Amino acid sequence: MNDLQFLTWVRGTGLDIAVGIFLLGVLWRLIEIYTLGRKKDLAAPRHAAGASGLHTVFRRSLPPPGMLKRSPVSYIGGYIFHIGLAVIVFLGAPHILLITNLTGLSWPGLPTQFIDLVTVVTMAAMVVMLVDRINKPVKRFLSTFEDWFTWAVTFLPVLTGWLAVQHLLLPYTTMLALHILSAEILLVVLPFTKLFHAFTLFGSRWYNGSANARKGVPV
Amino acid sequence: MQGPLIDTLARQGVTRRTFLKYCATLASMMALPPSAGRAMAEAMAAARRPSVIWLPFQECTGCTESITRSHSPTLEGMIFDMISLDYQVTIMAAAGHQAEEALRNAMLENDGKYLLVVDGSIPMGDPGYGTHGGHSFVDHLQQAAKGAAAIIAVGTCASYGGIPKANPNPTGAVSVSDIIKDKPIVNIPGCPPIPVVMTGVLAHYLTFGSLPELDAKGRPKAFFGETIHDRCYRRPFYDQGKFAKTFDDEGARRGWCLFELGCKGPVTYNACATVKWNGGTSWPVESGHGCLGCSEPDFWDAGGFYKALSVPADPLKLAAAAAVVGAGAGVAVSFANRAKKGAAKKAHQPITLADLEK
Repeated sequence: MNDLQFLTWVRGTGLDIAVGIFLLGVLWRLIEIYTLGRKKDLAAPRHAAGASGLHTVFRRSLPPPGMLKRSPVSYIGGYIFHIGLAVIVFLGAPHILLITNLTGLSWPGLPTQFIDLVTVVTMAAMVVMLVDRINKPVKRFLSTFEDWFTWAVTFLPVLTGWLAVQHLLLPYTTMLALHILSAEILLVVLPFTKLFHAFTLFGSRWYNGSANARKGVPV
Repeated sequence: MQGPLIDTLARQGVTRRTFLKYCATLASMMALPPSAGRAMAEAMAAARRPSVIWLPFQECTGCTESITRSHSPTLEGMIFDMISLDYQVTIMAAAGHQAEEALRNAMLENDGKYLLVVDGSIPMGDPGYGTHGGHSFVDHLQQAAKGAAAIIAVGTCASYGGIPKANPNPTGAVSVSDIIKDKPIVNIPGCPPIPVVMTGVLAHYLTFGSLPELDAKGRPKAFFGETIHDRCYRRPFYDQGKFAKTFDDEGARRGWCLFELGCKGPVTYNACATVKWNGGTSWPVESGHGCLGCSEPDFWDAGGFYKALSVPADPLKLAAAAAVVGAGAGVAVSFANRAKKGAAKKAHQPITLADLEK
């Protein structure tokens, strides 16, 4: 298999398999999680259910008082790389083209140089967070294989995409194929690891917020 | 016409100065030091015509057309005329047994010294798919390769199998390098290849007695070192995110990037963007069509000429079925979970104070 065949495979069969597993996993897990249900709370609500769920969705994105000072790397680094990933995935021209092809939705992208800058900043933030995870004894102690693994599968598409655009290490065609392959690995892994938070995050925040409000701790 | 090349060129009205300029350009195009231009001029001027045997296999003659039939007699064309083309069935006067004899004589007289040029792929499915004088293409190639100093595979078919090799490859087409393993081979892919690349390789061979530096796919690095995309004059539009969406929209008229219309420039290594075609007149992207990637192996099967590189090469076939299976699995698991919960509820035995005091 030469590099162009490799690229065609990841753009064809590979993508088909990856998107298939991704959809299968996402639907399976979402249905399973949301049909689990919770035991009926028989106690009388201590606070009228209101916007607490919605409030919590936003409030949990902000550090509680004092936490920003205690672990600035987690908060600032986390913000930077999440926003960076969103900018790269949703505002990079070739990525928009892929989404348009798959869904029919389309919007304008950002210049390559800007995406390039965001990519470098994102990778730097991710590396800093990894180093922090290794250096802080508590973080290291709490980390399991899944944490290291999900970091790697998130980092690789960014790295290979950047290397491809910059023409580093390998010929562009091979690097582009590796980039698409790494994104496909991310798609396959996402529904079955903690990366699934991309789908469950806001739902679980809402649930916690409204449950707390019912127990008399509105936010 | 025998004798040194410079004499023949002079007879055709090419001055020494023009020739020197040409050699200097060629040297710079091949990223050789300035002194190489002079060395090239000296070596080429004095060169006796090297014997060249040209074997056409499964090809369309487009490569021969590209190299031999320029609009005006270019220097490339003339230098090409200067080689002693001892066998080329398309353009030689001889035919049949005469032609075969010319081939045999050229091979005997220049054993170990001649250049073998091949265009077209070699069918391996059945030897009867392609024959010359009752011998299969593969036999011809193996015979001719034995005494060759080097082999130049001209065009994508000879270099990588090309269009005959396109899926489902009915003739079992292969490239020259798939068959010949013990000779230096230069691939000059392209559909057709750029004439100056051919001259460049020839000039390098005549000057230094060796073949130019090649990349991993056997192509001269000097011409195939960079992608079309990187040298494309429309590249700034790509970087700004300005794309033509159709072939006749505002973007197309303004000359914006053709990436969304399926241009394969980013993954195609060739010199079209710098050397251009037809004496520097234009080249595919300049004429408004995206690059097809014709100098890359298997470009024919790279997911469609009009599909952008970042979109699926084939329509997704598994997605709908996978979604249904996923939803089904979710529902099944949720029923199983409910059953488990129900069973646990049923099996639950309340503990009373009396039980605890027992």
